[in-house]
Amino acid sequence: MIEIRDVRKSFGETDVLRGISGTFLPGKTSLVIGTSGSGKTVLMKCMVGLLQPTSGHILYNGDTDFVALDEKEKKEIRKQIGMLFQGAALFDSMTVEQNVMFPLNMFTDMSLKERLHRVDECLDRVNLKGSNKLMPSELSGGMKKRVGIARAIVMNPKFLFCDEPNSGLDPQTSILIDELVHEITEEFNITTIVNTHDMNSVIGIGDYILFLHKGEKAWEGDKHSVLKSDSQALNDFIFASKYLREIKEQLNR
Amino acid sequence: MFSFSFFTHFGRYLFLLKKCFVNPDKPSIYWKEVMRQCVEIGVGSLTIVIIFSVFLGAVLTVQTAYQFTTPLLSKTIIGSIVTNTAVIEMAPSVTCLILAGKIGSSIASELGTMRITEQIDALEMMGVNSATYLVLPKVVAGTIMVPLLVMIAGFLEIYMGMLVGKWTGVLTPEEFMQGSIQYFIPFTVNFAIIKATTFGFIMSSVPAYLGYYTTGGALDVGRSATRAVVASCIIILLFDYILAEILL
Repeated sequence: MIEIRDVRKSFGETDVLRGISGTFLPGKTSLVIGTSGSGKTVLMKCMVGLLQPTSGHILYNGDTDFVALDEKEKKEIRKQIGMLFQGAALFDSMTVEQNVMFPLNMFTDMSLKERLHRVDECLDRVNLKGSNKLMPSELSGGMKKRVGIARAIVMNPKFLFCDEPNSGLDPQTSILIDELVHEITEEFNITTIVNTHDMNSVIGIGDYILFLHKGEKAWEGDKHSVLKSDSQALNDFIFASKYLREIKEQLNR
Repeated sequence: MFSFSFFTHFGRYLFLLKKCFVNPDKPSIYWKEVMRQCVEIGVGSLTIVIIFSVFLGAVLTVQTAYQFTTPLLSKTIIGSIVTNTAVIEMAPSVTCLILAGKIGSSIASELGTMRITEQIDALEMMGVNSATYLVLPKVVAGTIMVPLLVMIAGFLEIYMGMLVGKWTGVLTPEEFMQGSIQYFIPFTVNFAIIKATTFGFIMSSVPAYLGYYTTGGALDVGRSATRAVVASCIIILLFDYILAEILL
């Protein structure tokens, strides 16, 4: 479980996050949604320690305040975190196998045979069996994301962060990635947090949804309540397209 | 403003170097990475060093001979001038300026690209000290391999100088070697190695710093690479003078 309390982040005079609070539960896929520039990525970077919040608390497992930890202690928490970056962030000079194996090489004493077995397991889980020797430059966008997921789960993380996993993907592949993230979350009881502005993700896998608007929490709920919300900012975001607005009007009638 | 910017960069540079030497997670992984970088920097730069040194040695002899038209001086002095110029300045300094272009731009663009594509963030997220993993092997490899390349460059420049002297009929190899040995000061070899080691450290650490802290996009990676080459060359020239003042 991850709990954030009154998290604030400023860059100079600009307040990017203005007191965000929320609770992300294990086994649930939590989505942080909002328009570009609403502070989603900054919030995620604060939560994983790539940025230091100006104030507030980020509690892992209910009691460990990540913000107050020193680098050494943060490092231990990070070993329980897997992260899928927007562009997958695969290491260009390594094969798929080496990319996925990298955390095992760095932090475990497993034999080569055990490591290879674990890599195969993870690649199999993301439906990329047999692509071990490919280079990242030989992969499509969706495959890169799946390798990114395999690398993120190879250490059996307790927490999984995905920063816009659907960006740059076609709708069909986006849904596959969403389903994969959702399945992995339930299967391994991971606390998963996904940054997205993809409406398919919101309606498809949003067990918990936190909507950010201009750096503030404007709404929270789940996929069942998101379409019925009274929040003007949320409705402006969700029903930005004329087509979706028409569907909503038809449903209301 | 300039001094503020300089001290900011210098402070961050020192901070990065300090970060490099903290908490190596698994020494075996870093050892492999150092070896990989040694091959990349050393073997990867061998061709350009050979081509450059062969022509530089040849030009040194021809131009020195051109300026020594008086019969009052012994021809052996050409061998002495070529040898000393090669050992003291050409091999360590000029070779390092060339290498700063090749190695510096390569290191800065590699790290810059890793930064803007979030690969460095990915390392940090895994709990890996990205500076130790990415920068330290490059600095160690640069500091080890550049002196070796400089030794090869020095040898080739002298050898080619001698061969070209023979081919053009300026002086015989015996005369060349006589001059080389007669006026040779052994300390110049130590001096050249000290210079090469210092320059190897500069040409790997300065571009690593500029690449590591790249922000923005592809254009900024290009800018970092250019800045890395320019900064490395200027610092190498500055230290060339400082070391000459201190050690000679």
